[in-house]
Amino acid sequence: MKQKFHIIKSTCVPLPLENIDTDQIIPARFLKATDKKGFGDNLFRDWRYNADGTPKDFVLNNPAYSGEILVAGKNFGCGSSREHAAWAIAGYGFRVVVSSFFADIHKQNELNNFVLPVVVSEGFLSRLFESIAADPRTLVTVNVPEQTITNESTGESETFEINGYKKYCLMNALDDIDYLLENQDRILAWEKGQ
Amino acid sequence: MNTLFDKIWDKHVVQIIDDGPTQLYIDRLYCHEVTSPQAFEGMRTRGLKCFRPEKIFCMPDHNTPTHDQDKPIADPASRKPVETLAKNAEEFGLTHFGMNTPNNGVIHVVGPELGLSLPGMTIVCGDSHTSTHGAMGAVAFGIGTSEVEMVLASQCILQAKPRSMRIRVNGTLGKGVTAKDVALYIMSKITTSGATGYFIEYAGSAVEALSMEGRLTLCNLSIEMGARGGFIAPDEKTFEYIKGRPYAPQGEDWEKAVAYWRTLKSGDDAVFDKEVEFDAADITPMITYGTNPGMGIGIDKSIPQAQNASDEKALAYMQFTSGEKMTGKKVDYVFLGACTNGRIEDFRAFASIAKGRKKAEDVVAWLVPGSWHVTKQIKEEGLDRILEEAGFEIRQPGCSACLAMNDDKVPAGKLCVSTSNRNFEGRQGPGSRTCLASPLTAAAAAVTGVITDPRTLL
Repeated sequence: MKQKFHIIKSTCVPLPLENIDTDQIIPARFLKATDKKGFGDNLFRDWRYNADGTPKDFVLNNPAYSGEILVAGKNFGCGSSREHAAWAIAGYGFRVVVSSFFADIHKQNELNNFVLPVVVSEGFLSRLFESIAADPRTLVTVNVPEQTITNESTGESETFEINGYKKYCLMNALDDIDYLLENQDRILAWEKGQ
Repeated sequence: MNTLFDKIWDKHVVQIIDDGPTQLYIDRLYCHEVTSPQAFEGMRTRGLKCFRPEKIFCMPDHNTPTHDQDKPIADPASRKPVETLAKNAEEFGLTHFGMNTPNNGVIHVVGPELGLSLPGMTIVCGDSHTSTHGAMGAVAFGIGTSEVEMVLASQCILQAKPRSMRIRVNGTLGKGVTAKDVALYIMSKITTSGATGYFIEYAGSAVEALSMEGRLTLCNLSIEMGARGGFIAPDEKTFEYIKGRPYAPQGEDWEKAVAYWRTLKSGDDAVFDKEVEFDAADITPMITYGTNPGMGIGIDKSIPQAQNASDEKALAYMQFTSGEKMTGKKVDYVFLGACTNGRIEDFRAFASIAKGRKKAEDVVAWLVPGSWHVTKQIKEEGLDRILEEAGFEIRQPGCSACLAMNDDKVPAGKLCVSTSNRNFEGRQGPGSRTCLASPLTAAAAAVTGVITDPRTLL
């Protein structure tokens, strides 16, 4: 899943609901796998399919909407710490999730799986939902080096936060374990000081 | 500044990365079978050994059935992760409390009861309810699987330091009002994202008066307020609870440890990024009516008006209407257990209402101790006889009906009064409807067959 980030320009999949929890993103019964494969097939499983496997009226089943950017209401990813939720989002093919607010653990899990959580203002988010509702082909550009997100329908642009370390990791496809392994002498020094 | 959170966190800082997160040293890692296999696989792929295996403890809990634990798990999909954890623990040289062995149970019940979770520690687990261990006066929080791998490999994680928040609950809790009600009340006031980005210190006379079990319940639910974790400064009650437990310091080490633990409190001049205060007298037994834990009300109140599309979706899912009373609604299932309410005090509370009464005939009740040690204590105190006389059966320890990963699932459309921590859509099984409440309220529902104010039965 390690992949380099630069500029992503894509149409979006809108999910204008608040407090979407990780049990909805990937229900617990799909957490029994011991590898990271196949979770994308069960992303939003119970909103997407009936118990008999037939599709429901849900945005992921609507061919009008597609793209690498998921746009969701505030407090996205609350609840369980399951990283399977991030694997499901990445596995489905999303590279960016846009919301006005993310739950802490899930946000970190996305970053650790090379999915970029972009926090925007409430106003930007509601106008983006309006743009997508008016035209499902609305394009959004996420520029990681510049830390900007642009609604190409309206031209509205905002900057977003990401710390310099994580930005460097995303742009160079490095993960935290690579970093920690390089810094083992510091850990030994800390232990000695106790 | 100068909060207890600062003291514990700062002591564990290995380095602060320029324009980046903090590298934090972790004293204790717990692994369960759901969020660890991919981390161990990552270790194998990178050719790594555990950096500090003696600080890591493993046990299965989510997939373990609550019956026939002496037999292999029937469902192969559940058996595989449980067996994988045992194999991984052996390969990497880690302590493993296997299913149906004396120290097994729900990780967040077992850690404190064995003396593995101690004041001043940093504690993590790939599980959001790791916040539970904060009741011991530790900085404890849930992490993802990538971070589990980081701790396996380096005993460290990279984290931005959360902001600090103090929630005080002052005064005395009324009759029939428990730690669970306090947590559900706070959530109903600050919402499920009210503490996101913060680490909570719970304080105030009502919090201090809680038993250790009650404190574990309160800290357990910190994540449901959005907080990464929540803790309570350790006091004499904490030390008394820890003393003599199998992994607690002994002899001279004990004296030294307690001397240090006594220093673990926020300074009088401590400055929190946010402070919230509640009056214990305002809290009554609580119950949730919606599909997130913040959608709770006093049990005698009416369901509030929906404010937006998310609220409407929640009420439609629950098959409830604004303005209705919760009391009197027919209950199909009752669940006592989980890392939230699977401790001895919770069984005492449930038994206090069940005593001399009978389980309502058409209610299915699952009473699931949080660990084998809790099971043992239930028998020693004779609670098993009281519960059996009332028509209840005590099952074997595990996460059970909290999240529908084992056989204990609530069928679609059925209503469950549950002492667990989440009422999300489908949490207890696809289509299941969950009302979160305390063990007293769960017991009241179990003996009457309808949602009932437990104060009427005390």
